Amino acid sequence: MGAINIIGAGLAGLSAAVTLAERGVPCRLISLQPSERAQSVLAEGGINAALDTMGEQDSPALHFEDTVKGGCDLADPNAVAALTEHAPETVRWLESLGVPFARSGGEIALRSFGGQRKKRTAYAQSSTGKMLMTALIDEARKYEAQGLIRRYSHHELIRLVISGGECRGAHVRDRITGLCAELPGRVILASGGMNGMFPSRTTGTVMNSGDVTATAFSQGVLLSSPEMIQFHPTTVGIPGKRCLVSEAARGEGGRLFIAKATGEKWYFMEEKYPELGNLSPRDVVSREMYFARRQEDTAGEVCLDMTGLSDDIWKNRLSDLREELIRYTGIDPKNTPVPVHEGIHYFMGGIDVDIRHRTNIPGLYAAGECCGQYHGANRLGGNSMLGAVYGGRTAAETAAEGFSPSQESEPAFAPLDDEPLLTPARESFNERLAVILTEALGIVRRADVLESAIGKVRALSEEAVCQREKLRCALALAMLRGALERRESRGAHYREDFPQRSDDFRRTTVARFEANDAVISFREIPERRAEQ
Amino acid sequence: MTYILDITRQQSTDSQPYVQSIPFETDDPAATVAFAMRQINASPDCKDINGETVTPISWECGCLQRKCGACAMVISGRPMLACDAVLSRVARGGRVSIAPLKKFPLVKDLTVDRSAMMEALKSAEVWLKAHASAEERNEGFVFDASRCLQCGCCLEVCPNFYAGGEFSGTAAALPMARLMAALPERDRELEKSYLRHFYNGCGKSLACRNICPAGIDVDSLLVNSNAAAVWKRRFGGRGR
Ligand SMILES: Cc1cc2nc3c(=O)[nH]c(=O)nc-3n(C[C@H](O)[C@H](O)[C@H](O)COP(=O)(O)OP(=O)(O)OC[C@H]3O[C@@H](n4cnc5c(N)ncnc54)[C@H](O)[C@@H]3O)c2cc1C
Ligand code: SF4
Ligand code: SF4
Ligand code: FES
Repeated sequence: MGAINIIGAGLAGLSAAVTLAERGVPCRLISLQPSERAQSVLAEGGINAALDTMGEQDSPALHFEDTVKGGCDLADPNAVAALTEHAPETVRWLESLGVPFARSGGEIALRSFGGQRKKRTAYAQSSTGKMLMTALIDEARKYEAQGLIRRYSHHELIRLVISGGECRGAHVRDRITGLCAELPGRVILASGGMNGMFPSRTTGTVMNSGDVTATAFSQGVLLSSPEMIQFHPTTVGIPGKRCLVSEAARGEGGRLFIAKATGEKWYFMEEKYPELGNLSPRDVVSREMYFARRQEDTAGEVCLDMTGLSDDIWKNRLSDLREELIRYTGIDPKNTPVPVHEGIHYFMGGIDVDIRHRTNIPGLYAAGECCGQYHGANRLGGNSMLGAVYGGRTAAETAAEGFSPSQESEPAFAPLDDEPLLTPARESFNERLAVILTEALGIVRRADVLESAIGKVRALSEEAVCQREKLRCALALAMLRGALERRESRGAHYREDFPQRSDDFRRTTVARFEANDAVISFREIPERRAEQ
Repeated sequence: MTYILDITRQQSTDSQPYVQSIPFETDDPAATVAFAMRQINASPDCKDINGETVTPISWECGCLQRKCGACAMVISGRPMLACDAVLSRVARGGRVSIAPLKKFPLVKDLTVDRSAMMEALKSAEVWLKAHASAEERNEGFVFDASRCLQCGCCLEVCPNFYAGGEFSGTAAALPMARLMAALPERDRELEKSYLRHFYNGCGKSLACRNICPAGIDVDSLLVNSNAAAVWKRRFGGRGR
């Protein structure tokens, strides 16, 4: 019958699958693990839409302005306009699927989130991602029963089938049986962020290894903004990972301070940024925390002070967050400030797509955190779930254009032993790569450190024992070279040696794979079109 | 502190299981079984207590913070999440036994195939047939029921559940409760499905009580679902 292949079953993949099914277009929903295990279930604070239910005269135009400004003018304004314009209907759609958004006066309630001038974030306690996922999983099930969505859970992408310059299918492996098959049809990549490049150092799941992005890159798919990596200001260390303390903690009134040597608490964000204060964009807060710690007259970690929050907020809006903090830090945030530290949280860059979510390879699309759309140099909290759902839906609409069912029967799975991409990267290798990247791609970056890291990664690449290790090194080089060539500071990318923003670099970084390395160029950002 | 992890290893369904005892040293009081297994898998030179090299242990990992249900297994005799199993709390005399869930087909070592759970929800037709619009009193129920991880811990302890059977256990009852709570009108088909796939097969032994690692208040969700499906009352009449 023919079908469209979707790689990844988180928010973006599920949204794409349901959108195709609504149009009667069959798809295969391929993922390493069932949807319940996707990183999207971790999302906490909420999803943005200018629903204007709080009497603040919010509008998609203001949402647009905040997103473009938060992204430091690096996002495609036409894509952001489409996103923010469609945000209210996207959230209403999720509501109709039974997402239990918090309500006030019968309407969806909205909370404050970083970098936004209005209350615009719809939420369900601090478990918004899980609520969205449960609703979408149920909706997808309806179409699974009709045969429109065919689940290939526990399957991994090995490589794309690209011939004649077009993507014609996905080569996948069943992780249970070990058997492989080439699934024909267009492909939507929805494989999530590149956490696996920084094992134990991110707030996300270890299962988003970055292998899909690395493989696509090596097959000629362009990447954009690979150097743009978001550090979330408030994370705490737990065994094996960084645990997020949602921005909702500050949205509901939490304050950041550091102790001065004198013992006095210095609320540095409030002092330095009177307008947005603790709710400034994440790049700003993380950098200020870093600098506040390095100042000579301060001591110890930055603390998040939530002791002023009302009982009502603890009970109705942040009960799960409190429980988690007590469990992992032993500190009850209601009574005692919690020491927090910046942690890698989100990848603004990724697979390069246009406003309709097409990659540079015809027949190949990408959506969600694996793609480099909407967020420019810094993502606003609440915009990524929106980007994943709206992006997934848009990619599906585009991929469905001109789709015609075929008479082909489903390909059979068969053993395959000589495929070089079957061998997974060694965890010890991943760790060595991560050590290099962590040093060079932190909150503050510098040419000499980046140059030395490039040398080290190239040397490490020589030690690779399998194809996937090689490709991870190439992906790492795309991140490092992007950061080296961007000789300015903007958003999440801060260069100690070029601390100012430069108009010359108000362009998108584009990385192309060449000889196991990355070649960087910069592309003009389109002007905003009058009519969408 | 050095713990001994007694891990049940099995190459595939066709091969014999055996227990491999692996020492794990840590001074982190918060270290979990999941953390230990990740460390072990990342050290190519790791040896068991007999000096044999430990080949990578197969297990399902994900969020490492109790939110994705991937890492459910039987630890010190109790089904739980490996990322929730703090070594100092689950160890007995410095040893921790780690085995796969028994109710599902084994894939390898600690990895099992839980597809039957997703299949059960499909055969029970668990999806919305109308737009959701929960009554205010039911909003909390929708939230709570939506939190189910589909981890399978409740099925592991249930005497009446076996994979592929008609009775699908609490892991299927909660998604059905979500729909009942979220719908503005009663859905008779759904209620029938609840009877068939859950209520009629449940022996009320309550073995599943207090096992849920997500801490879901399973009791009140089931009481309200029963009230709706069996006694034809509106969902949500029973307090939380
Ligand atoms: C702790 C935390 C809190 C967050 N809170 C918020 C928030 O409040 N608001 C907000 O807007 N955003 C938030 N985010 C970000 C947001 O959750 C993610 O960006 C978004 O959910 C990504 O969705 P996705 O569908 O792109 O990817 P994912 O949900 O990561 O899904 C990726 C899918 O790809 C599959 N996959 C991966 N590799 C392969 C492979 N090799 N082969 C086959 N399949 C593969 C996976 O199995 C999975 O199904 C948060 C993120 C984290 C980590
Ligand atoms: S009450 Fe007993 S029979 Fe019913 S679901 Fe729970 S464990 Fe199974
Ligand atoms: S009810 Fe609890 S134990 Fe059962 S599958 Fe859901 S989360 Fe797991
Ligand atoms: S790894 Fe997600 S629940 Fe344990």
